[in-house]
Amino acid sequence: MSLVVKSTSPPPKTAQDVLTRGFWHENPVLVQTLGLCSALAVTNAVANSIAMGLATTFVLVGSSIIVSLLRKVIPHQIRITTYILIIATFLAIADMELEAIVPDVHKAMGPYIALIITNCIVLGRQEAFASRQPVGLAILDALGNGTGFTIALLLMGIPREVLGNGTFLGVHVMPRSFEPWVVMMLPPGGFFMIGILLLAANWRDLRKQARERAERAAAAKPGSRAGRPQKEPEATLV
Amino acid sequence: MSDLFWIFVSAAIVTNFVLVYFLGLCPLIGVTNKSETGWRLGLATTFVMVLASLAAWVLNSFVLATAPFLRVISFVVAIASIVQIVELFVKKTSPSLYRELGIFLPLIASNSQVLGMTIFQTNRGYSLLQGLMFAVGGGLGITAALSLVGGIRERTEFAPIPAIARGPALVFMIAAALSLAFMGFAGMGAA
Repeated sequence: MSLVVKSTSPPPKTAQDVLTRGFWHENPVLVQTLGLCSALAVTNAVANSIAMGLATTFVLVGSSIIVSLLRKVIPHQIRITTYILIIATFLAIADMELEAIVPDVHKAMGPYIALIITNCIVLGRQEAFASRQPVGLAILDALGNGTGFTIALLLMGIPREVLGNGTFLGVHVMPRSFEPWVVMMLPPGGFFMIGILLLAANWRDLRKQARERAERAAAAKPGSRAGRPQKEPEATLV
Repeated sequence: MSDLFWIFVSAAIVTNFVLVYFLGLCPLIGVTNKSETGWRLGLATTFVMVLASLAAWVLNSFVLATAPFLRVISFVVAIASIVQIVELFVKKTSPSLYRELGIFLPLIASNSQVLGMTIFQTNRGYSLLQGLMFAVGGGLGITAALSLVGGIRERTEFAPIPAIARGPALVFMIAAALSLAFMGFAGMGAA
C-alpha cells in the first residue's frame, strides 16, 4: 500500500468530472495500479467481485464523509492513524453486513475483506482528496473511485469465471463441449488477467501518444521547412 | 514437530504469500528492480512478521476474546507500533543498516502481508509456536518471491521488450509465470 498518488491529468473542473474521472481515465486499478491485492484475490467469481467492489465503495464513501467533515479538526501529524481508525470502523460495519446478507460470499472472500483496510485506494483518496475538499465533492470522488474499482474487478472477474468455470454468476453460459480453463480460477489466472488488462491500458496510452505526436508534427510542418530537420525524440520510447 | 515443519513449508512455498495469496503486490512492483533490494525488503518483512505474530497471539489470547470486531483495528495499530519501534531500534543500534532499509521500513507497516499473516493466523487458530513458524515461513516465501522477480527483471533490463509491455504489465506476466510454477507444489502437505 503506497501513498503515492499519480496525478498525471489536470485537476477536475466540474463536479461531474470529479465523479466520472475515476470510472475510466483515472481508474484506480487499471491506470494507477492501486488496490491490487483484493483485485486479484477475489475475482475468481463474479459474485465475489461484486461483493468486494460494493464493500470497498461503501468503506470509501463512509470514510470520505467523516474525513471530509473532520478535515479541520484532525491534527496533521496523526492524520494517517486517524484515517486508518475511521476506515477500520466502516470496515467492521461492511464485514458484519456482508456476513448477514451473503454468508456464502463472505466465507469465500475470507480474510480479504479485512484487507480492504490496506487497500491503497481507500487511504489514498482520504489523503489526496477527502481531507482537502467539502463533503459533497468528497462523496462524488469516493463514489467515482469505488465504481471504477468495481468496474476493474468485473473486467477481471467476468472472464475469469466464464473461462475458468464456464459459468456467469453460477449459471452455465458456455456450450457443453467447452472444457473449462481451470488455470483462470487459480492464482496464476489472476496475474495473467491483470497483465492482459495492463497491456491493453498501455496500448491505449501508446496510441494516444502517437496520435498527439502526429498532430504536433502536422501543426509544426509549415514552419519547420526553414530550419534544419529536427531530431525525432520518438525513437526512445521508454 | 512434523506439524510445525509443514506449516513452515506450506507458508513458504505451497501457499506463497505473494504468488498465491496476492499479498503485498505494491512492493512487488515497487522494489523489485534489483534482486538485492528484493531480498533485503523480504528479510525486513520477515522480522516484522515474527514480532507481529507474537503480538497478534498476545492480543488474541488476552484481549480480543471478548471483542472480536476490534480485531482488525488492534492488529493494524499493533503492526504500526512494531514497525515504529523497530525503526527506532535499528536507527539507534546500526545507523548503516538503517540507511539501507530507510525507505522500506515504514512501507512494511502499510502493506497487506503482515496484516494478512496475522488474520490467517487467527482464523486458523494457530498456537504461539505454530504462529511464529507460519510467520517465518511466510516471510521467507516473500523473500524468495521478491528476489526471484527481481532477478528476472534484472535479466529483462536490456532485453528488446516491446514498448507496450514495459512497466507493471511485464512484472505481472513474470509473476503469472512464477505463480504457475509454484502451482506445482499445490496439495503438498495438505493431508
